[in-house]
Amino acid sequence: MNDGIKLSRKDFLKIAALGAGALSLTTGGLSLFEGCTASRRPGTMFFSEDEIKLTEAIAEQIVPADDWPGGRDAGVANFLDTQLIGSYRRFQQDYQKGLAGLEKSCADKYHRKFEDLAWETQTAILQDMETGRLDGDVWKNGFSEYFFELLRAHCLQGYYGSPRHGGNKNYISYKMIGLDEPQIVGENRSGI
Amino acid sequence: MSNRHVNAVIVGAGAGGGVAAKELSEAGLSVVLMERGDWASYDVHNNDELLSQRTTVLGNAFGPDDERYRRVVVNDDGSTKVVVASENDYNNVAACVGSGTVSYGAMAWRFMREDFRMKTTYGHIEGSTLADWPISYEELEHCYEKAEWEIGVAGDAAQNPFAAPRNKPYPMPPFAYNKEAKILESSMRRLGLHPFPIPMLRNSISYNGRAACVRRRSCCGFACPINAKSGTHNTAIPAALSTGNCELRTNCIVNELVTDGNGRITGISYFDKDERKQVQSADIIIISASATETPRLLLNSKSKHYPNGVGNRYDWVGRNLQGHAYTGAFGLFEDDIFDDVGPGATIAVSDFSHHNPGIVGGGILANEFTRLPYFFTGIRPTGFPKWGKSHKEFQRKYFRKNVQVVGPIQEMPFFDSRVQIDPSVKDYWGIPVVRLSGHRHPKDVKGCEFLSSKAEIILKEAGASYTWQSIGGKGLSGGQHQAGTCRMGDDPRTSVADKYGRVHETPNVFVADASLHVTNGGFNPALTIMALGYWVAGHIAAEWQKGNRFT
Ligand SMILES: Cc1cc2nc3c(=O)[nH]c(=O)nc-3n(C[C@H](O)[C@H](O)[C@H](O)COP(=O)(O)OP(=O)(O)OC[C@H]3O[C@@H](n4cnc5c(N)ncnc54)[C@H](O)[C@@H]3O)c2cc1C
Repeated sequence: MNDGIKLSRKDFLKIAALGAGALSLTTGGLSLFEGCTASRRPGTMFFSEDEIKLTEAIAEQIVPADDWPGGRDAGVANFLDTQLIGSYRRFQQDYQKGLAGLEKSCADKYHRKFEDLAWETQTAILQDMETGRLDGDVWKNGFSEYFFELLRAHCLQGYYGSPRHGGNKNYISYKMIGLDEPQIVGENRSGI
Repeated sequence: MSNRHVNAVIVGAGAGGGVAAKELSEAGLSVVLMERGDWASYDVHNNDELLSQRTTVLGNAFGPDDERYRRVVVNDDGSTKVVVASENDYNNVAACVGSGTVSYGAMAWRFMREDFRMKTTYGHIEGSTLADWPISYEELEHCYEKAEWEIGVAGDAAQNPFAAPRNKPYPMPPFAYNKEAKILESSMRRLGLHPFPIPMLRNSISYNGRAACVRRRSCCGFACPINAKSGTHNTAIPAALSTGNCELRTNCIVNELVTDGNGRITGISYFDKDERKQVQSADIIIISASATETPRLLLNSKSKHYPNGVGNRYDWVGRNLQGHAYTGAFGLFEDDIFDDVGPGATIAVSDFSHHNPGIVGGGILANEFTRLPYFFTGIRPTGFPKWGKSHKEFQRKYFRKNVQVVGPIQEMPFFDSRVQIDPSVKDYWGIPVVRLSGHRHPKDVKGCEFLSSKAEIILKEAGASYTWQSIGGKGLSGGQHQAGTCRMGDDPRTSVADKYGRVHETPNVFVADASLHVTNGGFNPALTIMALGYWVAGHIAAEWQKGNRFT
């Protein structure tokens, strides 16, 4: 009995490795224990110190602060960092490749980090990524548009989704649209 | 240790299978109900939008999981990709006791008479396998009635002049309109349409020992914390278990039908919750694993007698996969409309279900379930920025001032939209997975354009300051409303099962789920699937009591 099951599981892992993508069960978990803690901000799980700053700047572009906090203060980067060792393990490589690519594109063209560029320049770079107009090998074959869409969707999830996943700090986006979350027992629904 | 032989084994405890389990065990048959998922729990999933069954970006709240389940999707250019269970392309319903009926929106539609006679009504449609059902609305009517009374539907059929005739009213009064429905109601009436409250598998008053609905915003895609939403998990399945004749086995993954040396199907084999391979033998085998998993199971059951899989002599298993393109329009208003009275959808018109010039079939139009915050980030006028300052302002300004009117368009069955078995990719248990390919028929796009334009007219008349249409897609259809892959029919060469769901080439194997649908109506399908559960199992029980052992 056992043999049959072992075999099928091995097959399964083999196939997963071939490209299913969702099954990088080890990568995220392992990096927690490996020696790369030096560049890691205390408390982050997947991103390095540099990556978290970059991600915060991107999140701020996707959801900018106005009268209400933006993506940075709402903890969107924390949402991403949390998901990338959880439900979004399958996107780890995309993030590593994409964030490094973005740093390189900024260094090549502006000799600065993305987060140190002027607001309008940051916006223009992200618009270029969205429409596939960034220079550089990593952006070829549709990776540019693909990675932008990933960032966009994930940042919006971090800002507008439930705080239990690490973003939407203090229910800020619910407050912004006047939604009574969290719902309080005996209070919120008394009108019905 | 081997399992005790039973009269019937049912694969899948969803809409069709849950009902079948109840009917057979109440008729005195010994039944084992196999379910790959577990009982769903409200405490685990509560009201988290990103991890629900409607928005599944962080996973399917009610299964299947991303770690063990995958499928292969064939792209337009013939290339393939492997997708995990929470991705849209996987075309999921759910995997838990009750399946989609735990977390559905609970619209409870009867199909119309025309929906069972599409070929007769509209003639041959080039490129489509459009056909009549082998049963009529009139034959199924008492089964709809049973579903409405036993599972529990709230509504008022008298207000819908297009509804097919019925013998009994709904057991519960309809739900009151929310604010957007009130605005739409007068607009629809001014346009000469016939609005009515959507029939719902939800308690408007306390019913069958369960409480009345408190109208939460998190309903469609979520489990009900007070059990006011009715599915097979809190009606038919508990009823089956209380007979003492039915055993429910959760976390059991059925991998194939077992065939003896004479070609008779003697049972099913499965991996139990401890991943041990087991066999359950039975006189009758009923497959209710959904319109994607039922054909997978039949196609994976190859043997000397069934070299192409069980029921597949004429290559019809897995064909004609259809769902519903959702199509409609959005409107922005100057005043607050959001009153937070869930689940949002309350009003519909059936004026466009049939007999529309130049259109085959049609669909209902209804106001949409509550657009929760992340869902709403995807709702912007065509060409509007998808991120940045104005995207955020829009969210703030219009979250409480938008209305969506949508409906499911009746799709033309298409032979090449299909479920196959992927030749190389396997799931966690080593079982070859579903491979999906195909696209919608061009007629469906026409139908979508038609219905969306009507939705926009309704919104304009309701006073929307800005409106835009969203037209259902052309790609492969399936998803939550998947159907049609083991269609019923009188001719074994153009169908998989007979009018009672019995697979033509095997006397004791039945299908009882959405796979049987010949066409999928312009309505959400769950009530019809439940009615088919009563129909198929009712037939089996009646025959059994006459001494027929389906040999
Ligand atoms: C969010 C959401 C909203 C919806 N809203 C509506 C609505 O408002 N109105 C409406 O009419 N419909 C709605 N639906 C659709 C409805 O839930 C489905 O049409 C219905 O559940 C399908 O019934 P079925 O019996 O064909 O399959 P299912 O109900 O999917 O049942 C199949 C069962 O088989 C099990 N299974 C599959 N393979 C195996 C195996 N190998 N071994 C063991 N078990 C297996 C599955 O886990 C599942 O429990 C909604 C669905 C969802 C997800």
